[in-house]
Amino acid sequence: MRVLRGAGPPVAFAALVVAAWALLTAVTGIPESSLPTPGQVAAALWDDRAVLADNAWVTIGEILVGYAAAIAVGLSLAIVIHASRAVERAVYPWLVVSQMVPIVAIAPIFVIWTGFDLRPKVMVIALVAFFPLAVSTIDGLKAADPELLRLLRTLGAGRVTRFRIAQWPAALPSVFSGLKVAAALSVIGAVFAEWVGSGEGLGYLVLTYNNQVATADMFAVIVVLGAIGIALYGLVLLAERLVLPWYHDERRAL
Amino acid sequence: MTLEARGLGMTFAGGVTALDGLDLRVEPGEFVAVVGPSGCGKSTLLAMFAGLLTPTSGEILVDGAPATSLLGRAAYMPQRDCLMPWRTVLDNCAVGLELAGASRRQARERARAEVGRFGLEGFEDRRPAELSGGMRQRAALLRTFLAGRDLLLLDEPFAALDALTRRDLQDWLRDVAEADRRTIVLVTHDVTEAAYLADRIYVLTERPGRVALEETVEPPRPRGPEVLASPEFAALQRRLLVTLGFA
Ligand SMILES: Nc1ncnc2c1ncn2[C@@H]1O[C@H](COP(=O)(O)OP(=O)(O)OP(=O)(O)O)[C@@H](O)[C@H]1O
Ligand SMILES: [Mg+2]
Repeated sequence: MRVLRGAGPPVAFAALVVAAWALLTAVTGIPESSLPTPGQVAAALWDDRAVLADNAWVTIGEILVGYAAAIAVGLSLAIVIHASRAVERAVYPWLVVSQMVPIVAIAPIFVIWTGFDLRPKVMVIALVAFFPLAVSTIDGLKAADPELLRLLRTLGAGRVTRFRIAQWPAALPSVFSGLKVAAALSVIGAVFAEWVGSGEGLGYLVLTYNNQVATADMFAVIVVLGAIGIALYGLVLLAERLVLPWYHDERRAL
Repeated sequence: MTLEARGLGMTFAGGVTALDGLDLRVEPGEFVAVVGPSGCGKSTLLAMFAGLLTPTSGEILVDGAPATSLLGRAAYMPQRDCLMPWRTVLDNCAVGLELAGASRRQARERARAEVGRFGLEGFEDRRPAELSGGMRQRAALLRTFLAGRDLLLLDEPFAALDALTRRDLQDWLRDVAEADRRTIVLVTHDVTEAAYLADRIYVLTERPGRVALEETVEPPRPRGPEVLASPEFAALQRRLLVTLGFA
C-alpha cells in the first residue's frame, strides 16, 4: 500500500514531463529523427516489442550477474580493508585509481581477454559498480559506536564477534546506500559493455538504431532500460525495508 | 575478588592527566561508591578496572597479584547506555549471555525472566528508540546484571533518571546487591545516593583525581529510608560535600 502511495508523485512528475515533451514537439515541429513525439515512441515500443523483449532479457541477465559480482567484490574488499590497516593503505588508493581508468579504454581489453560472451560485460559492470558500494561500506563499518565496541570487549567479544554484533549491523544503512548507487551504475555498465563488444542486448540495440537514425526506436530502448533500472532499484529498496525495519522506524519518528 | 589500585595514574596521549597516584581497595562482596567532580577521572578509573585502559603509572592488583588482563572479569556499564538500535530490548539485554555462549533462545529466556524486576515488561520486543530515557537506563542495567560477573562497574547508572525512578532503582539496586552479594563499584555525582547505598565511599579530588576522603558508612547496609533522616547520615553527607568543595 505504501509502495503504491509512494508511486504517485514520480508518476505524476513523469506525466508532466511527457506533456511538456509533447507540447515541445508539437509547437516546434522538430523532425522525428531529432526528437520523436511521445506517441511515436509509444508506437515504437509496441512495434519493437518482440525485439525489445529478446534483447532486454540478455541485458537483464548481464546486469544481474554483473551486479552480483560487484556486490561480492565490493563487500569483500570493504571488509578486508576494514579489517587490516595495512591492506587499507596498500589497496585503497588503487581502488580510487581503478575508477579513473576510462571504461571505454578498458572494456575492449576485457573483450580481447575473454571474447564476446557474458564475461567482459560482468567485468565492466563489476568495475563501475563495486566502488561506491565498497566506499560506503567502509565508511559504515567505521561509524560503529566505539563505546559500544568497548562494552562488547568487556563482555568477551573478539574482533569477529564485535564485527558481527555491532559493526556490520551499524554499517547496513550505508551498505544499502552503496547498493542503490551500484544498482544504477550496473545498468549503465551493461550498456557500455554492449557498445564495446556485443551482438545483442539493449545497448547493442541502441547503437544499431542510432546508426539507422531510428530515433523513436532508440527512445523506446531507453524507456526499457529505464524501467529495468527502476525495477532493480525498487528491489534494493524493498530489501532495505525488510532488513532495516529499525532504521526506517527511527527515521519516520523524526 | 579483591580489587586494589595502587598509585594508579593515567595520562592520555593528548597530555591530559586524568588520575594521579590513586589508592583504592574493594573487598569481595563490598559495595564501594566513588564520588568526584566532573572530569576528575571517574570514568577513566572504571575503564581501567574493566580492562579497557592500561594505567600509565601504578598498578591494579586482583587478589593481591598484579592483574595481567582484567578484560572480561567485570560487568561494565558505560556512562551512555550503548543500546544497539537494531536489537530489541530483550536482545540488547541478553547480549552478554549470548557472548558467554548461551543459545539465543536460552539467553532470551533468562532475560525475559528478569524484565519484570527491571520495570521493562511489555517492552521486551520494542526497540530502544521507543523507550524513555529511564527505561533505556534500566535496560542497560539489566544487560549489566545478566553478564553474570561477580564484579559490577556502574558508571553513573541513575544520573539520567527522574527523581522518582531513581529512588525506586536505588532501593532495587540495594536489594539486588544484598541478595546477590556481588562486588559493586558505583560511580556517581550524587552524595546521597553514595551514602544510601555503599559500604564505603571514596571522594576524589579535582583532576588529576586522587583520593581526598575515604568514609565507611554507618549503619551497615541494607539501609532504609529512615536512615536518610538520621543526624549521622546528615553529618556524613556534609563531610562528603565539604570535601567536594561545597562548604
Ligand atoms: N580517551 C581519552 N583521551 C584523552 N583524554 C581523555 C580520554 N578520556 C578521558 N579523557 C580526559 O580525562 C579526564 C577525565 O575524564 P573522565 O571521563 O574519566 O571524567 P569523569 O570523572 O568520568 O567525568 P564525568 O563525571 O563528567 O563523567 C577528562 O579531562 C577527559 O577530557
Ligand atoms: Mg564519567
